[in-house]
Formats: sequence, C-alpha cells, structure tokens
Amino acid sequence: MTEPAIQIRDLRVTFGGVVRAVDGVDLTLHQGEVVALIGESGSGKSVTLRSLMRLHPPRRSRVEGSITVAGRDVLAMSERQLADYRGATVSMIFQEPLLALDPVYTVGEQIAEVIRRHEKASRAEARARALELFQKVRIPSPERRLDAYPHEMSGGMRQRAMIALALACRPKVLLADEPTTALDATVQIQILLLLRELQREFGLSIVFVTHDLGAAVEVADRIAVMYAGRIVEEGSARDLIRDPRHPYTIGLLKSRAEGALAKGSRLDAIPGSPPDLAHLPPGCPFAPRCPLAIEPCRADRPPPIPIGPGHAARCIRTDVSPGLLARHPEPAPA
Amino acid sequence: MIPEDRGGPAQPLLTVKGLLKHFPVKKGLFGGASAKVRAVDGIDFEVLKGETLGVVGESGCGKSTTARLLLSLIDPTAGEIVFDGERVGSRALSLKEFRRQCQMVFQDSYSSLNPRLTIEASIAFAPQVHGVPRKEAVGRARDLLARVGLEPRRFAERYPHELSGGQRQRVNIARALALQPRLVILDEAVSALDKSVEAQVLNLLLDLKEEFGLTYIFISHDLNVVRFISDRVMVMYLGKVAEIGGSEEVFERAQHPYTAALLSSMPSLDPDNRTEVAPLAGDPPNPIDPPPGCRFHTRCALVEPVCSAKEPPLAATEGSHRAACLAVQPGSGHSLAPAATSVELAA
Amino acid sequence: MAALAQQSIVEAPQPKTTGYWTGVWRRLRRDPVAIFAGLVILALILMAIFAPYIAPADPYRASSLRRLRPIGTAGYPLGSDELGRDMLSRLIFGARLSLFMGITPVILAFGIGSAIGIFAGYVGGWVNTAIMRTIDVFYAFPSVLLAVALSGALGAGFGNALVSLTVVFVPQIARVAEAVTTQVRSRDYVEAARASGAGGFTIVRVHVLGNVLGPIFVYATSLISVSMILASGLSFLGLGVRPPEPEWGLMLNTLRTAIYVQPWLAALPGVMIFITSIAFNLLADGLRSAMDVKQ
Repeated sequence: MTEPAIQIRDLRVTFGGVVRAVDGVDLTLHQGEVVALIGESGSGKSVTLRSLMRLHPPRRSRVEGSITVAGRDVLAMSERQLADYRGATVSMIFQEPLLALDPVYTVGEQIAEVIRRHEKASRAEARARALELFQKVRIPSPERRLDAYPHEMSGGMRQRAMIALALACRPKVLLADEPTTALDATVQIQILLLLRELQREFGLSIVFVTHDLGAAVEVADRIAVMYAGRIVEEGSARDLIRDPRHPYTIGLLKSRAEGALAKGSRLDAIPGSPPDLAHLPPGCPFAPRCPLAIEPCRADRPPPIPIGPGHAARCIRTDVSPGLLARHPEPAPA
Repeated sequence: MIPEDRGGPAQPLLTVKGLLKHFPVKKGLFGGASAKVRAVDGIDFEVLKGETLGVVGESGCGKSTTARLLLSLIDPTAGEIVFDGERVGSRALSLKEFRRQCQMVFQDSYSSLNPRLTIEASIAFAPQVHGVPRKEAVGRARDLLARVGLEPRRFAERYPHELSGGQRQRVNIARALALQPRLVILDEAVSALDKSVEAQVLNLLLDLKEEFGLTYIFISHDLNVVRFISDRVMVMYLGKVAEIGGSEEVFERAQHPYTAALLSSMPSLDPDNRTEVAPLAGDPPNPIDPPPGCRFHTRCALVEPVCSAKEPPLAATEGSHRAACLAVQPGSGHSLAPAATSVELAA
Repeated sequence: MAALAQQSIVEAPQPKTTGYWTGVWRRLRRDPVAIFAGLVILALILMAIFAPYIAPADPYRASSLRRLRPIGTAGYPLGSDELGRDMLSRLIFGARLSLFMGITPVILAFGIGSAIGIFAGYVGGWVNTAIMRTIDVFYAFPSVLLAVALSGALGAGFGNALVSLTVVFVPQIARVAEAVTTQVRSRDYVEAARASGAGGFTIVRVHVLGNVLGPIFVYATSLISVSMILASGLSFLGLGVRPPEPEWGLMLNTLRTAIYVQPWLAALPGVMIFITSIAFNLLADGLRSAMDVKQ
C-alpha cells in the first residue's frame, strides 16, 4: 500500500477568532483518486481546499490539525519550501480563469515562466513544453493560441489554458475550485471530460470542489458532502447517489428539479437556511433543519457512523434515514 | 389598482414581433470599421396569459438582452412589443403604465437592492413612484414580506447586507410584486442561490403565481429548473430562437440539434452511466460575426452544405412546437428533411 | 408543501440591525490612525476658533528690536519672525485663514463638481462625453499651474484665490463623481427602479445620491490638503492672502529670507501645513475603508 496523496487530520480553520469555517475535517485521498467536496456556500469546502495550499493569510486565520501531502507536512513548511511546493507538488485551478491569469502576458509566456521557475529549462524548451500542454488540453490551433492574451480567449479556452498552466510542472495533486461553475452547459461537460482524461493520463489525484452534485458524479470516485465546516457524509459516488444516509445528502438529492415532474407540483425543499458559523448550535448543525432530529441530536455532535466499506455519515439516525428517500421516487437518470 | 384583463384569456399577454438589438462595437485599432454585436437578431414569440415561458440558452445567446428589451431598459433597434393587445408606448399603454404591469427579478440579489435603503423602503419605493401614499406603501411592503416568508417585524428594517442570499432574493421578489404586476420576468433569479435554497424559492414562485395569477418569463441556463417550472420553453442560440414549444415536447422530443446537445450536456447524476463524449465541441461563437445560414451549423453534427447557405425559418413541426432547423423542415434541401410529416430527431 | 413558503425562515440569532452610518462609525472607531488624525484636525479647528484666547501675544505687533529670535527665547516660545512678531501667536492665528483657504474651495467644488459629475454620469451617452471632454481640458493642466494662472488673470486677492482654487478642484471632483455615478447607474437596483417606472430625478434622489456622495466626499476630504498647499503656494507667490495677515503659506514666503539665519524658525509654517494636510489625508483613508459596506 503506497502512502496516501493527501491526508488531512482534524483540520480546523478559524477566521477572526470567531468564525469556525472548518470544524474538524478528516480526509484521505489515495494516489490517482478523485474526491469531490460538495456543499453550499459557507460549508467550508473552499476553505478546506485552500488550506491544502496554505493560501489563508496567517494573520487573520488560525489553521489547526495536520495536513500531509505526498508525505510532507504542509503546515510546517517554511515560506521557501511552500513556494517550491505550490505548483510543483500541488497546483490549483479556479472558477474564474480571467482573475487567475495575468492579463499583461500571453498565456504561453505564463506557462513557460512557471516551468522555468521550478526547473532548469531553456526558453525554447519551456515553450515546447507549453505547446505540448496546450495539445494535451485540446486547445485548437495551439501554436497560435500560445501567443494569445487571456482576454482574447473564450471562457472554455481560458479554462483549458489554466488547466495547462496548473499541469506545467507535473504536479501530483490538482485542486479544482468550482472550475466549471461559470461555464455554459455544453462547455462544462467538455471540461469535466477533459479533467477525467488528464487524471487518467497523468495519474493525478484531484480534489474537486463544487456545489453541483451532477458535476461531482461526472468526475469523482468518491464524494464528501460538507455542511457547516464538517464532512457529514463520505462514500463512493455510487453509495452517495444510491444509498445516501445523512438527511442533508438526502435533502440535497430530493430538492433537485430532475426529470419530468407533474406540472404544478412542488419541490421537496430543505427548510430553513444554513447556520451562522459564528453561532453554531451545540449539537448536530443540521438538526434545526432536519426532519429526523431527536433530542440527542441537539445535545452532541454526532461522530462518523460507518455504513459500509468507505461509506460513513455523521448522523445517529442512519438506521431510519433511508425512509426519507422513499417518500419520493429515486431520481431517474436523465 | 389590479389592472384589468382586456383581451380575455385567449389573447396572449405579450406578443413580441421582430425584436432586434444590435450593439455597435469598434473593431480594430486603425480601420475604426464599426462591427455590430447581433445580441438579439429578430425574434418573435408570444407569452400566454397565466403561463410560464422558460427561456434557455448559453452566454451570448441574447436571453438577458431580451429581458431588458422587454422592459425597455435598453431601446430595441427594431421590433414591436404588444402587451395584452396594446402596443407598448402607444397612447393606450404608456411605458410607465406598462412598467407597472411588468416587473423583473435579477440574478444578483445583492446588486439589485440599494445598500442604503432598508428592505422595507426598497419594496415601498415603486408603489410610491406610482402615487401610493408612503404609509400605505410601507404597509403593503410588510404584507409582501410576510408573504415571501420573511417575518416583517424582524426583517423590515434591516439592510440588504444583513441578509443571506436566499433572503435577499425573497426581498427582490417582494419588490417586484409590490406594483401588483401581471407579468414577472425572472432573469436567472435562482441561479446564484444554493441548491437547498433554490428549491425553496422555486416553490415560493409557484405559490405566488397561483395566488396572484401571474405570468412568468423564466430565464435560466439550468435546464432542470426550466423544465420543472415552465409550461413552454424557448431555446435561444446566438440571438435567434432555435426552438420553442411545450415544455415536455421540447425536453422529450427535441427537434433542433442544439436543444438535443444542450440536453445531453447535462450531467447524468448516474455514477454507472457517466457521459463519455461531449455532445458539442468548442465554445459558442461570438455574436459579433455570427456564421451565415444556420447559426448553429459550425457546431452541428447534422451539418450539410445547405445549412451554411440558407437560414432556416422557425417553422412548425407539430402543433405549436416550432424549430429553426432545416433537417426537420420538409423540402428544405437537407437530406434528413422529412418528405411530408415530421420525423423525430434521435435524442 | 405550499405552506413551506409561508413558514418563516429559521436561523441563528442575528445581531440587532444597524443603520449605515452607525456601521461606518463603528468601523471608523476601530481605526486608531483615522481617529488620531480626526483628533488632530479637531484640535486645529478649535485652535483656529479660539485663537484670541489661546495666543499669548498679538500676532500683528511688530518689534524691530526683537527680530528673528530663535525658538525658546523667553517671551517667544517659538521665536519671532522677520518683523519681530510672536511666531506662536501667528501660527495659531494662521490656522484660521489657512484652514479656511483649504476647506472652502473644496466645499464649493464638492457642490459644483458633484452636480456636474452626477448629471453627466446618470444621463450618459453623448451628453456625458461632451461634459467630460470639456472637463478634461481643465484637467490637462497641472493644478498648481492652473491655480497660479487663474489667480494671476483674476488679480491678486483673497476672494480671487478662493475662486481659482474652486475652479481647479471642480474638474477633479466632477471626474470622480462621474465615475462612481456611472458605476452605480449600472447596478441592478437602478435598473429595477427604472423598470418600475420611476423618473430620472427620483432615481437620482433615492438611489444614486446616497450611494455616490460618500465616495465623492472621501475624495474631497483628501483634496483639502492639496487645497491648503495650493493656497499657501498662492500666498507665497503673493497672489492670495496679503501681508500682514497671518497665513501659513504667506509666512513661509516672508520667512524664506531668514532661512540661513534661523532655518528651524523658517520651517515652522511648513510643519503646520504638513501636519494638517497629512491629518486630512489619513482621515480620508480611514473614511474610505470604513464606508466599505461589505465588511
């Protein structure tokens, strides 16, 4: 058994001393595995992802716990080690490539720059590598596009260019922060397929953050559902879609407008709104919105309850929770 | 103040004829030759009383421009909008009166509320513009807040930044309803919300529609949501209508290859049956220089030489279902074109 | 399920609702630099108002015997100037004219410039282009040069100096006003107000003014220091306040002959100008960040 690509133990991230954005996250990612972190805004999914790169400003945030990536302790790295680690071991792609790419350099120059910063490569070698990457991410007429500025490219092309940039130094782990959210449907599926293909080709480990269950299912082997700073349910994509156990996961699945529904029928919405992270209730944070909540739910935070191999939910009512799903027909594949 | 239904239920609430909007753009550093963005390039459609018309399409297809054109927030280059039998801007229906009967909810819940006004003042603003005394307008604002699920005592005097996205969007809906409009245009109104909140707001929209007898134009890029809420659906591509018809007809028996591609681009939500091939390659083309003939022919799997030569009209295929594709139009010259009756496109 | 929409939203307790200015003040209070700068300005204003009670001597009384006494001389805590007048008293009285010359043109320009800029920004189109290009003509001149040229053309004197300074600042404020108004005009709430049939005047009054005056005001505050320095410059060149009135710029001018004899003494009016202008700048900075709602 090789060592895991990413191992997060009891990660806690606090902002401004009060807002507990991440509240005890454990996550293990094996080499060559794709995990999707899904959740709503404020669930802590992006904060968890950024912690893996140590992108939070040290002054305003406190990060506790341990993060090991490719055998190295990320939280103990010096600034210099961190600079080497970012890009070479782990790299990241963002929702809005226009903000992540430098507007005053061509994309080709930016990729070559990154290669030359991390490795000894001549200008010509770096450019050749950039061209190769552009071919890998399926950018049409790559030769010409290398000399384009970010604003001259369409949304889908920019996202491909950013993926090429992220893969420039052959990282082992790719962190993707809602990379397809801002894209049109027909482009989104292309990018999702591209990620899947690159993952296989390079043997990448990917952490894919999204709020869209559909996008997660398209790329991920495993899915971790986050709520109020914790992973409330984790399992293979199949387990999570076919046999969800946490009432929140079930609620997410059931509230989707999916397939043909009778006209005038209502969606099975989760009532209420996500909790205020500065004033979390003492027990399960989902209890105020949960149809199955009982007294012990409001008293203590539930531990992860194992359900099957690699499938666990932080819910003490997993024995009765499948009943929630039965009230509605299972979502039909489109 | 409830506006009267003039033409009876059979008369469409809104009829749009030849709506056209071209934005001029400067092209090139030296030539200065002016090009045009054909944002909306001649569209016709009707919205029936009491229905929800869904409008779908990708960025640059002109769906948001259409919404702004309908409310005269931007001036059309050409075209005519008829509201319940009267042309908007005519003597019988002034623009101000039309705007009272037709309201809009925007995507960005934060940007669509004045940060310096309490939400109660924001909702009461429009009725005051139309001459309702302040006291009455505020009273109505509080009623509406209660109606959209925000307890007036707790929320009326708050400022927008003190609310969550879902709560702000409820306020925006209340604001749109404050004038007791007949038509509400929802421009990506739920797209920025979290999924669990989105479902709540969709249910709210359905409740309000029943209670106030509203007609909706629901613009969204999310096909699942459009299918759920719409009676009829209009698919737009590069400033043109590609297909329009009953919601189930369009989703179950898509006639236009673009609609079919959009539908199969939706993630499957089935881990054992993932999408293997992307239905379309590349991005939507730029509306500055749309391709000649059928605008979709550059990305279409069924493309034939005739497609770049001839612009397909939006013609009926079955009942009220219409599609702008030569492959489904008899006698169009496309090899797949049916002889006399329509043939369904493999989905 | 229809009942769901009626059901009020369950959520964690929220802090009591606060008005916009309460929030600004709360954030400003947490900014020690801005608070300190504000206190310095307050002190300067109080000093100007109560000058006759604070000043130890008559700022106009000259003494040909006790000229250019160094700082710390008995009876002259900050020395005496080239005509033997008490420096401390002259600096205290000088705050009156200097602050007046610094603040008045900015207030006038704030009114005129905002009106022009908001009008141009809200109307937009070719009207905007016409107004803003005209404004740009003024903007093209360096402000010092423009102030000197205008004062020179209008003739030396206190009132003319105020007018020329106002003219210098109007284009600058109008530009900022136009920029923020254009930005606010494109917000959805302005669109929504238009879509509800409101007229342009109502929209400006209810939705635009409240959102643009703040940023323009902050910018104007930062101009006060520029105005003070320019006013001092005009006085220095003999185009503004005339001797024997105590005014910091003019004092700097008349003391320049003594710079080799008493360099510290000659620098004192400059120090006052520096302290005042930096205080206004720091306050403007603090206000800017305190007025950012998305905190």
